[in-house]
Amino acid sequence: MTRRPPWLLVAVVATVVLLLHLPVLVLVLYSFNASRYAADWTGFTLHWYARLLQRPDILRALRLSLTVAAVSTVVATALGTLLALGLARRPFRGQRLVESGLYLPIVTPEVVAGIALLILFAALRVPLGVSTVIVAHVAFSTPFVAVVVLARLRGMDRALEEAALVLGADEATAFRRVTLPLLAPGILAGALLAFTLSLDDFVITFFVAGPGSTTLPVLVYSMVRRGIEPTINAVSAVLVVLTTIAVAVAGRVGVARRP
Amino acid sequence: MTEPGPIVEFRRVSKSFGDTRAVDAVSFAVHRGEFFSLLGPSGCGKTTTLRLLAGFEAPDPDGGEVRIEGEVVNFRRPYERRIGMVFQNYALFPHLSVERNVAFGLEEHRVPRTEIPGRVERALRLVRLAPATFARRKPHQLSGGQRQRVALARALVLEPAILLLDEPLGAIDLKLRKEMQLELKALNRELGMTFVYVTHDQEEALAMSDRIAVMSEARIAQLGTPAEVYENPRTEFVAGFIGEANLLEGTAGKRESGEGGCWGVAPRDGPSFLVPHHPAISEGATVRIAVRPEWLDLFAPGSVPPGENALPGTVLDVVYLGETMHVVVALDELRRVRVALRNEGQLVNPLPWRRGGAVMVAWRPEDCQLLELE
Amino acid sequence: MTAGLRRRLLASFARRPSAGSWALVSPALLWLLLFFAVPLALLLGYSLMHRGTYGGVSPGFTLEHYRRFVDPLYLAVAGRTLGIALATTALCLLLGYPVAYGIARAGRWRNALLFLVILPFWTSFLVRTYAMIILLRESGVFNAVLQGLGVISAPLDLLYTPGAVLAGLVYGFLPFMILPIYASLERLDLSLLDAAEALGARPAARFRRVTLPLSLPGVAAGSLLVFIPALGSFLTPDLLGGAKTMMLGNLVQNQFGPARNWPFGAAISFALMGVVFVALLAWLRVRDREAAA
Repeated sequence: MTRRPPWLLVAVVATVVLLLHLPVLVLVLYSFNASRYAADWTGFTLHWYARLLQRPDILRALRLSLTVAAVSTVVATALGTLLALGLARRPFRGQRLVESGLYLPIVTPEVVAGIALLILFAALRVPLGVSTVIVAHVAFSTPFVAVVVLARLRGMDRALEEAALVLGADEATAFRRVTLPLLAPGILAGALLAFTLSLDDFVITFFVAGPGSTTLPVLVYSMVRRGIEPTINAVSAVLVVLTTIAVAVAGRVGVARRP
Repeated sequence: MTEPGPIVEFRRVSKSFGDTRAVDAVSFAVHRGEFFSLLGPSGCGKTTTLRLLAGFEAPDPDGGEVRIEGEVVNFRRPYERRIGMVFQNYALFPHLSVERNVAFGLEEHRVPRTEIPGRVERALRLVRLAPATFARRKPHQLSGGQRQRVALARALVLEPAILLLDEPLGAIDLKLRKEMQLELKALNRELGMTFVYVTHDQEEALAMSDRIAVMSEARIAQLGTPAEVYENPRTEFVAGFIGEANLLEGTAGKRESGEGGCWGVAPRDGPSFLVPHHPAISEGATVRIAVRPEWLDLFAPGSVPPGENALPGTVLDVVYLGETMHVVVALDELRRVRVALRNEGQLVNPLPWRRGGAVMVAWRPEDCQLLELE
Repeated sequence: MTAGLRRRLLASFARRPSAGSWALVSPALLWLLLFFAVPLALLLGYSLMHRGTYGGVSPGFTLEHYRRFVDPLYLAVAGRTLGIALATTALCLLLGYPVAYGIARAGRWRNALLFLVILPFWTSFLVRTYAMIILLRESGVFNAVLQGLGVISAPLDLLYTPGAVLAGLVYGFLPFMILPIYASLERLDLSLLDAAEALGARPAARFRRVTLPLSLPGVAAGSLLVFIPALGSFLTPDLLGGAKTMMLGNLVQNQFGPARNWPFGAAISFALMGVVFVALLAWLRVRDREAAA
């Protein structure tokens, strides 16, 4: 499609893309607004960011979010990669079922998943806390990682592993020296996806977090419910920046390695 | 005890995938240093046979024995067999340079680090790639032909007993392909290494092989030297797959008297022709023969030399192929034959046959091949 | 591990490839089984049990919760949920298809545009919903701009309406519609369009008869990815809808919060899952039929 697209199409695309970013841009902009009352712009300030640093509850929530994200990413990436590796091999009985079943967690509404987990923990008499949050995050991130890695695996030439086998490498060595290096970008992309999913998750976390395990999104929610204040803007802006960095890195890593 | 037996032996090997039999009780032996080809159309089982030899597939539980150098290797992994392999799409490791690719196998076999660079260099020279130019390059910086050479070097550097090649020249253009065919054949001779080669290109197989196993539908249809397979095809399939064959069929009538006499074979329509005696022919039996286009000749009606079979027909087309001219002749509504005549220069000495003209298609009775009836 | 043991282990896995595959797949499967499948089963179980005195459940089989759901009050919520979800999907399709089409034809700008569309896709849904509040509330930007331009004299009541929920959902889920449609458009074989042109088709006809049908898998996937989360959305109606625009997600959360009627909440969730399941099956059937064609 190299013919120059009609101006109407360009206008529509530009408008929609702009609208897609407008709310968040406004949000970030107003995080620097000196006025308490958002509508009036009274001057540029970093006051609200400074306030962030003085709020131990916000800092604690940020630290917790990052910790939960880090741990759940490691576990979800490991599980998801293994899952993808198993599914990418020669077809086995029940494979279609497993693969279709993989999409169920991705498609289930978060409310349902959240309360279902709440029920599980209540039935098992497990107290809600950081560990229940991590467990939940791993559960919903793993399928995403698996899908990403599986796509990359399926695009790989199977003959490469076989070539390694005839050259004297056993299966484990062939995996280490050939498959893994070529899979690395896909695994990294999956890990970054899991990281942002965990960092940003609200609904499921809301149901399975205990009183002492408030993540950043849960904190923001309670702040919003209590009443609007510019500090929320600053917190949100921080979340957005973290996510943007992760996405940019994922994009760069994914693009750079394309042979 | 020290009798040099065949280097590769398949004894009634079978391999199934689910309900499909990919290889059905196949038996053959490959001699040391031989250039042995597995030839056949797609789906005939040749690639599966190669993979059984390589060790990527194992035979069915009661599916015979695969032997390398006399030992049964049914369950031995590829890295435990003394084989090298060149893959159809080269399978070069994209994240490694040419020299790291070639060195890969040496590293896996724990060859001392000091020896590796030298062996890599020798292998690259063997396939006519200048190490200085190519060693550091990555596969995506190479042309198809160059990649093929690297794949070859990577396999040869390990000095395996047997080299397996899975349609290695498929993606290469014609001129380069013919060059590489000669190079592969030369390597086979110089190194004295056994080559097992899979291809669907019968010209390639004929040009390079010492012996060819023609496969069809999971079985070997015929195994022999290029001459045997081309000049004495046993079945209709082999006759048609290798080179072109004109098929003629009829019922055997009376046998002429005398030693080694011929049978008169009468087709359903048209005049009868003579077929040399063969024990399989008896009176009333169906006889099917293959006559290669180059064994046929064309004459104007009435001028056929005595002693030759002759069938009347009409010229359908005259095809210019450069070296040869093919004349397509219709014997009747259903049967047509291709006649190959040497091109002696259409500009100075053109063929007298024109579309629509009446001709006689002739051949000497002994210039035919009796086919097995399936 | 000794070399011999390692070799034997690998060989046995190679001999029975399915064993190796199951070994790889098991950890994740077990985790998902335990923390997804079992909870869902418990959910079903709870929906059929009696309500406990202090929250939770008490034993005893009953269908009362499902029966209770079939009450005009709750059916209204269900109806509104379905309506909003469908409207969201339709609007996302209307806005998203042209964008996906434009990106597919963008050439050099493709990667940049994709990044711009993917970014909100990964940004926190909560943050984006909150951003809508800032825009839409009485003292918000939208009203401020309109008042400043003199279009209106008093601030509009934009928040806490179904419209606000719809806007929030469309804004939130638009990337989910754009990306799958873009993926299927990108895979379009351009020579098909050339062939159609050679056969006499003008641009509009080429789009209608070649591009559109071939992009339907993407449309189906995108619609699924928007409809299902919209159906189960909880955050958007909670923050943007207020008490007047309650959706099924809020109803469920209510049962696990103040209302303390877990089995009823479970029953509603399961009804919700039922619709999700039907939508998923329909999509799978369409996809398999496309694959077979």
